[in-house]
Amino acid sequence: MLSCQRIFTESADSNKSLRMSILVNKDTKIIVQGFTGKEGSFHASQMIEYGTQVVGGVTPNKGGTLHLDRPVFNTAFEAVKETGATVSIIFVPPAFAADAIMEAADAGVDLIVTITEGIPVKDMIYAKKYIDDRGVRMIGPNCPGVITPGECKLGIMPGFIHTPGTVGIISRSGTLTYEAVDQVTKQGFGQSTCVGIGGDPIIGSTHLDIMKLFNEDPDTEGIIMIGEIGGSNEEIAAQWVRDNVTKPVVGFIAGQTAPPGRRMGHAGAIVSGGQGTARAKMDVMEACGIHVVETPAEIGITMARALAQLAK
Amino acid sequence: MKLHEYQAKNLIKKYGVPIQEGAVASTPEEAVEVARQLYANPDGQFFVVKAQIHAGGRGKGTVQETGSKGVVVTKGLDSVSDVAGKILGGTLVTIQNEAIGGNKVHKVLIAEDMYYPGPSDRHEYYLSIMLDRETGKDVIVASSEGGMNIEEVAEHTPEKIIKEWIDPAVGIQGFQARKIAYGMGMTDLGHKNGVKFILNLYKAYQGLDADMLEINPMFKTADDKVVAVDCKMSIDGNALYRHPDFAELRDLAEEDPLEVEASASNLNYIKLDGNVGCMVNGAGLAMASMDMIKLSGGEPANFLDVGGGASATTVEQGFRIILKDPNVKAILVNIFGGIVRCDRVANGVVEAYKNIGEINVPIIVRLQGTNAELGAKIIDESGLKVTSAITLAEAAARVKEALS
Repeated sequence: MLSCQRIFTESADSNKSLRMSILVNKDTKIIVQGFTGKEGSFHASQMIEYGTQVVGGVTPNKGGTLHLDRPVFNTAFEAVKETGATVSIIFVPPAFAADAIMEAADAGVDLIVTITEGIPVKDMIYAKKYIDDRGVRMIGPNCPGVITPGECKLGIMPGFIHTPGTVGIISRSGTLTYEAVDQVTKQGFGQSTCVGIGGDPIIGSTHLDIMKLFNEDPDTEGIIMIGEIGGSNEEIAAQWVRDNVTKPVVGFIAGQTAPPGRRMGHAGAIVSGGQGTARAKMDVMEACGIHVVETPAEIGITMARALAQLAK
Repeated sequence: MKLHEYQAKNLIKKYGVPIQEGAVASTPEEAVEVARQLYANPDGQFFVVKAQIHAGGRGKGTVQETGSKGVVVTKGLDSVSDVAGKILGGTLVTIQNEAIGGNKVHKVLIAEDMYYPGPSDRHEYYLSIMLDRETGKDVIVASSEGGMNIEEVAEHTPEKIIKEWIDPAVGIQGFQARKIAYGMGMTDLGHKNGVKFILNLYKAYQGLDADMLEINPMFKTADDKVVAVDCKMSIDGNALYRHPDFAELRDLAEEDPLEVEASASNLNYIKLDGNVGCMVNGAGLAMASMDMIKLSGGEPANFLDVGGGASATTVEQGFRIILKDPNVKAILVNIFGGIVRCDRVANGVVEAYKNIGEINVPIIVRLQGTNAELGAKIIDESGLKVTSAITLAEAAARVKEALS
């Protein structure tokens, strides 16, 4: 597995305590691949508005121009060399996305966030092998991205629903994550970092990978993991939680009512051969000491109760 | 995208995988015609008549109207006509499709008989290729115990299941195919043909962008040929742009009519058999909304993800599809407005409602996110039979009320 990347952020006001987060912070320099396209342009401008350090972008054959007041490069290699970016976010269309992922890894970034939905499985098998061989971490594909509230929005999530705080969120979904964020914010806790790991069968980072980061992050006091039917990533993470995590973990699995053999919107959300059912995942999570909720409406309140109990 | 057996066999044959030869027919007359062409001298030969539907377990499944099995071995051309007539047009119910009441049979595959006697022993093996999500690699699963349900083999005799992972950097290697074939107990000429079969089948899996390819049985004949007697395959939907010629392989008759209509409007809709329809943005939230409906005492009538935009047009199309399902007694619209503002979604809902006119089931619209209160106000003041909610808990309570 990849080594855990921990980034320390010195607060601008040195009297305040050191704020930590996982994966990204306010100083993280980011390039955007697929920068000048419709999706790339829109979300890059939203990220910039949030205060994210977008330092440039990549669109082949548009190198040397400016877009959103930032330089455009022909290659990711050039973009990284000229800007010193350590992270790339990818909005490239599915047919070209695997190529873009490998280009980012080759250019030497530490972290790749792939938003693109609909990348063929075969392409992802190659791309994943390529980035794993180079020790580069990826979030996604088919995901909303990563946000450390108040510091860095690296993705397509609505920034305003997030509040800086102490709850870490890991999720395979987009809007269901926003739902959890909103509930946590309304319970008065806020989020340390939220990571949408993506709804595809092959993803760069699993529940377990992100769980390990949150477990080590002193700014994260509670962890919410949201899963879906299909695969066994949630079970693997739950077993690790049982042996390693003392912070309260709240879990929800979407798809309790999903029929077997059907893909429920996400390419990875499918119960096949009786494997990957919501019930089986929830049972394992429960047995591993995770606070499993039956309805998504109770994610926030359950975390609030778990944290209150801890404070006693 | 799911394929029929005959389509899948024709595709793997192009990659050098030997198949049980055959051709499809839609009528008993056509069945006799294609049967005649299978052998130089068709008289007194054995034929296999196989229903072509998108569900497994056909051999043990029963055609409701006639009592015939879904796969029948028969002798002589007259009998082919008779057997085909008892399968075609009937409803075949198998262990895999009984939940949806079976599939109507529109085509039968008339295939040659591979179980003829000869010098060596005949044997049914199992072989499949799929993605192993945990390792991110393709895995070949094989067994000496073919011809039966592989899940049962795995449960009762796990030692008879062989797995071989393919390294994406170099692809399948000869030693892996040899290892699998020896592991299945193949020897001599059968082993040699088995190795060739495995190597070519993996090439087919890769070249066709399949996401599941299963040969059960992979059959060794009495003269040591190794052939695919059955073939189940589905193609990765995300890779279809690389295979424009596969568009004609999609069989709309195998899909739910409402799902076909929804897909034509680019809606991600799956028909279920409950009583509460739902329309949601995002797949995860859509599944979670279905679960919530169940906890509120209803059963979800569908899965419907309208995507990030949730414009007035998609909302209207969504309503129209859901309302065509006569089981629907209430509809839950659940939109988390992020980039898209709730007031705009609310206006879209009101507009869609007015365009459709008569809607006789209660609608609960739950809007959360940007301008959620404004959205609720627009819904409440519209004068329509629509109830608003902001939190998920409220939405669940409204669904419960609507059903009581």
